[in-house]
Amino acid sequence: MNKYLFYPGCSMPRSARPYYDSLMAIKDDIQIDLDEIDDWNCCGATEYWSVHQLKAHALVGRNLALAQQKANGSNTLVAGCSACYLNLAKTANYMRDDPQLNRQITEALAAGGLSYTAGSLEIRHLLDIIYNDVGLETIRSRVVRPLTGLRVAPYYGCMIVRPDPDNRYGNPEYPTALDKLMEVLGATVIDFPQKTHCCSGHMTQISPDVAYELLHRLISGADRYEADMMVTLCPMCQLNLDAYQGDMNTYYNTDYYMPVLYFTQLMGLAFGHDAKELGIGREFVDARFALAKIGVEVPAEDSPAQPKPRRRKKEQGLPMPRMGEEEQ
Amino acid sequence: MSEQFEPVIIGFTCNWCSYRAADMAGTARIKYPPNVRLIRLMCSGRLDPTFVLKALSGGADGVLITGCHPGECHYLEQNYKALRRYLLLRRTLAQMGIEPERVKLVWASAAEGVRLAREIGVFVDEVRDLGPLRWPTSLPAVHAEEAKMMEEVAA
Amino acid sequence: MSANGNKNEEGKERIGVYVCHCGSNIAGVVDVKDVAVWAKEEMGDEGVVVARDYKFMCSSLGQELIENDIKELGLTRVVVAACSPHLHEQTFRTAAERAGLNPYLSELVSIREQVSWVHTDKVKATEKAKAVVAGGIERVIQNEPLEPLRVPIHPATLVVGGGIAGIQAALEIADAGHKVYLVEREPSIGGHMAQFDKTFPTLDCAACILTPRMVSVGEHPNIELLTWSEVERVEGYVGNFSVTVRKRPRYVDTELCTGCGICWEKCPKKVIDEVFEVGIGYRTAVYTPFPQAVPKYPVIDTETCIYFQNGKCKACEKLCPTGAIKFDQEEEIVLLEVGNIIIATGFDLFDARRIPEYGYGRLANVFTSAEFERMCNAAGPTDGEVVMRDGVSKPASVGIVHCVGSRDRNYNNYCSVICCMSSLKFAHLVKERTGAEVYNFYIDMRTAYKDYDEFYQRVMGEGVLFVRGRVAEITDATRSPGEEGKLVIQVEDTLAGRQRRIPVDMAILAVGLEPRADAKEVAKKFGISCSAAGWITEKHPKLDPVATMTEGIFIAGAVQGPKDIPTSVAQGAAAAARVLSRISRGEIYLEPIRATVNAEMCSGCRICNNLCPFNAIIFHEDLMVSEINHALCQGCGTCVAACPAGAISGTGFSNEQVLSQIEGLLEFSFAEEPVLMEMTPA
Repeated sequence: MNKYLFYPGCSMPRSARPYYDSLMAIKDDIQIDLDEIDDWNCCGATEYWSVHQLKAHALVGRNLALAQQKANGSNTLVAGCSACYLNLAKTANYMRDDPQLNRQITEALAAGGLSYTAGSLEIRHLLDIIYNDVGLETIRSRVVRPLTGLRVAPYYGCMIVRPDPDNRYGNPEYPTALDKLMEVLGATVIDFPQKTHCCSGHMTQISPDVAYELLHRLISGADRYEADMMVTLCPMCQLNLDAYQGDMNTYYNTDYYMPVLYFTQLMGLAFGHDAKELGIGREFVDARFALAKIGVEVPAEDSPAQPKPRRRKKEQGLPMPRMGEEEQ
Repeated sequence: MSEQFEPVIIGFTCNWCSYRAADMAGTARIKYPPNVRLIRLMCSGRLDPTFVLKALSGGADGVLITGCHPGECHYLEQNYKALRRYLLLRRTLAQMGIEPERVKLVWASAAEGVRLAREIGVFVDEVRDLGPLRWPTSLPAVHAEEAKMMEEVAA
Repeated sequence: MSANGNKNEEGKERIGVYVCHCGSNIAGVVDVKDVAVWAKEEMGDEGVVVARDYKFMCSSLGQELIENDIKELGLTRVVVAACSPHLHEQTFRTAAERAGLNPYLSELVSIREQVSWVHTDKVKATEKAKAVVAGGIERVIQNEPLEPLRVPIHPATLVVGGGIAGIQAALEIADAGHKVYLVEREPSIGGHMAQFDKTFPTLDCAACILTPRMVSVGEHPNIELLTWSEVERVEGYVGNFSVTVRKRPRYVDTELCTGCGICWEKCPKKVIDEVFEVGIGYRTAVYTPFPQAVPKYPVIDTETCIYFQNGKCKACEKLCPTGAIKFDQEEEIVLLEVGNIIIATGFDLFDARRIPEYGYGRLANVFTSAEFERMCNAAGPTDGEVVMRDGVSKPASVGIVHCVGSRDRNYNNYCSVICCMSSLKFAHLVKERTGAEVYNFYIDMRTAYKDYDEFYQRVMGEGVLFVRGRVAEITDATRSPGEEGKLVIQVEDTLAGRQRRIPVDMAILAVGLEPRADAKEVAKKFGISCSAAGWITEKHPKLDPVATMTEGIFIAGAVQGPKDIPTSVAQGAAAAARVLSRISRGEIYLEPIRATVNAEMCSGCRICNNLCPFNAIIFHEDLMVSEINHALCQGCGTCVAACPAGAISGTGFSNEQVLSQIEGLLEFSFAEEPVLMEMTPA
């Protein structure tokens, strides 16, 4: 049993509820203990950092102090959302490396009766602990319903791979952790070239034109590779790709139909949980058609129109280079 | 002498890298303190710890050992052996009551004349701060006593 | 040859001390006259009988001073205080020798680079000069007369690697009338050059200029060609190497094979040729790598041959008109006796799969330079047609990416020298064969050799487009209709100052050069060193690029670092010239700075055995003592320092010499009279 401190962030209980539900459903299967820290607050997302850096750091510092206070025997704090993860990691690392910042935040925390010893916590993303700590072999052993025939486009988004100095997911330009995870679940993973390209973040609020362009690139890319769905690990990415797909289609006069699920939901399906438990069916772009391909029933609500069928290409000509197991 | 104490330092250089670095410092007219007297060995691996002890007992206040950078030894790996001996030597010196900081190991390649000169300057300052070793001056009494014992035994 | 002169009545040496002014280089800071006077007066008790100062000791007059004193005063030792021993140690040794004194009884101490040029305080500098001279005097008293070692040179030579550098070296030595063994790992010689289509800047056909040389090697009476073979072990030392070579079984009897080619024409098993065709072409299980192979005898690849895998087929054996196929052939171990070795094992290419952003291996129409060479080659998999991965369509636009894996902190930091030129060559070939639009993406244009820049200008004139910027990404994720169905090269055009997305049909990656994957093992086998990257270390990067630190072993070609064909050929010839000069002299002299084990004092603890990186120390089991081979010993002295019994002595840098030098250096460092402790040398 791997023990962790857990920071859910604002999205998980609300707009990314399926992410939370599916995570809770699978955590016993993969034997991780997620101890939610008490009275946590917002991580500042991207907004607060543009307003006042020091206050934003202090805001995160409070979470770190509360996490340290939890003292459940683990010194690893896990976040499921990439932005939460990055904010926590930034503050933790900067406090460790910059004595002046450390002093300022310590002072701010002290005003609230809290303290955090710089360098005492390790901040990691949920995919990181699942891929590196739990490990593919354990996951493979829990698969009872392989997702055979499901073509997925693994989408990492930008934040977990930038920065990634320790290569936790593979080469930061071309990570493979999520790809391998999906393969182990039995899915067919497409070689998605935009897997680390921006989902547009908050541009959906600030400048929708830009957002639609970026979303269009991602969705059309996944579609070109004939993916049945995209799988993601950040609530912001999922929200943009899913909730704004309709507006994007309107803007470009296209009719893409690309469901976007969380990787924990697919893990749950492979481990044999049923769709409702994992929060499937609540997404804007309904995943039922894609999942019907592999024999997964999703509880019926209003069903939108069926998506188009696909074609495949033949192979001939000069042989391609051999790609080995390890591409690093 | 009422002047400031000036340490005397013996430096061991290896023929291929650090001696050439010292030559290069000379060719480039880089100035460094005259406290250091250099001895040329073929390789830092030739350094017998007794050389260091001889230097210290002979009046040197510090010993500087130099050689090729790890991985660049002209004789392939011998500077690693010098490093091993140096580490053991420092521990031994400490046990003998000599500050281990009096013996220092510096790697210098043949192109690093400027750096070697700087390291020499730094080391001279360090040894100056440590003060004189003055090992030989306490020996006349010891010698006399030993000479007396030998006479008694011979008699 | 050696003369000690006569010691004076008290058994002391008769020492001459010469202090050089070096114009004002030394005299301007050090009071040289004072030093000379001091040497005579203060060091007279040590044996100094004469001390002179002179303007330029290295001049013929200066040397004559020494020679005359040796003859007239019967000097037994000489100390010169002047410049660095690296400059003139040999000069004064030779002078002593001319006068009849053993050259190793002369010492040169530096009071220029180490005193006058680095110190400003004249008083202190003079004092230090005296100390340095004292050190030299005390040391030289302990010097022993030495004779250089003479080692006979076996006239045969081993050349490892049959690429253009190795071929050149082999031919030079063989033409001079001496025997050469040429060992090559592949079934044929020719190396990488045999894979090329055209060579820059002349656009000569590579095979046309290479194959005549290969044929000469194959037919030369003095060259014994061992292909499909590898060097297993190297023992011995310069002039006297014993090399064990493993000849892998070809399963073809070379006495019977006529090279007719029926075996590979009829072989039913077709596989992808990963080596010569770089993975984009095919060969059969029994094959010669290319039609002009030397030697012409094919080999059977047991991993893919149907007979070796499951006992069936045997088509080649049935069809061979001379019955040359021998499935039961075994490997052969041969022992070669040679005097010198030239290593010319060449390079490997950077693996483009390591840069996933460029899409090699995922995107069909991304090719490496090696694949493209094979494509352009008339005897290659596409008969010289430039086509895309489907084998049929011609590209309408091609992007050539420079510096793939080179000049890159994430991969290899160095420049691979030849990729700019070969990229220009490709640009020209693409234009010529397809008329496509060609883009070259470069960081700098490296065209520094005869006619190279003129070639660049020519290619510019042919309408090739140049974008100065390192390519960020090659992708098929298109964003606009103009990009549909193409590869998009994303690059910052640093001259235009903006990002560009350039759609092309095909991308060619100019991959960098790397050392061979087994470079470190090879270096260890031969007892030479290689850099951290894996390039073999030359003796001196400027002045001695074809020799190594190990006597008798030379290097030539890309094994020493990335280089083009003319430079490889020049190095091959240079290495051959060095070897020939050794062979013609018949013997060489080695510096007598060596270690010797006193067998009586050796306790057989063997601590020294593992310290020697040159494997010069052997242990006699029967006598329980170690012994040092003087021809292998390089004189580093590590074993001398390590021997707990003090049983090993090192000539030229003995304990007595060093300890005495320490004494001398310290004798004159105190204002008050020092008390020196005599330590018995270990």
